[in-house]
Amino acid sequence: MSETIHTTVDAKGLSCPMPIVKTAQAVKGVPAGELIEILATDPGSVKDFAAWTRSTGNAIVEQSEDAGVYRFVIKRA
Amino acid sequence: MDDKPLAIVLFSGTDDKLNVAAVMASGAAALGRPVHIFLQYWGLDAFRADRIKNDHGLAAEAGAEGKAAVDALRAEGQAPWYETLAMAKELGGVEIQACSLSMDLLRITEDDLDPLVDGTEGVTAFYIAVGDGQILFI
Repeated sequence: MSETIHTTVDAKGLSCPMPIVKTAQAVKGVPAGELIEILATDPGSVKDFAAWTRSTGNAIVEQSEDAGVYRFVIKRA
Repeated sequence: MDDKPLAIVLFSGTDDKLNVAAVMASGAAALGRPVHIFLQYWGLDAFRADRIKNDHGLAAEAGAEGKAAVDALRAEGQAPWYETLAMAKELGGVEIQACSLSMDLLRITEDDLDPLVDGTEGVTAFYIAVGDGQILFI
């Protein structure tokens, strides 16, 4: 994936509902088709982002975990 | 479920329940669902401008252990409930109304309330606003 990230949301150390709330806020400033990257340490965020993207029409294009940090790359619908 | 309104009747005024209300509201707002919060009794009291940021205590069931757990999470940087609610309002679609009966009970006017509160309404206007949405009592 060589497209560049438009916005990064650092939600490390934040618990529910902050990773989703901060992403919902940030997404407003991201044009359609652009990528937003989120870093989170809350394990609940994995299911939250799956549900949120499904519900809002945004798509997870990349997802990984490294040493307790979850990384999501979401394409703005 | 996508835009089904969520109504929260917020009766309780302890910090733990206020926080849960803020979290439930935020989650719904992040999903694009309209959120309507109806403040009653001690929930309304907590939104008074002169005390909103005070320590509102915890439900009795928390006990000392519960208080230590809550304090630890706050020390780790968890936002207080009124900030979480402010963020939810920024997402859009969150309305906070004071129950007019409770305003009478507490003998206050809208001037006494924090700007987070959008206005006052009675139970009828509340039900109309909720429509076929879900109602949570906290």
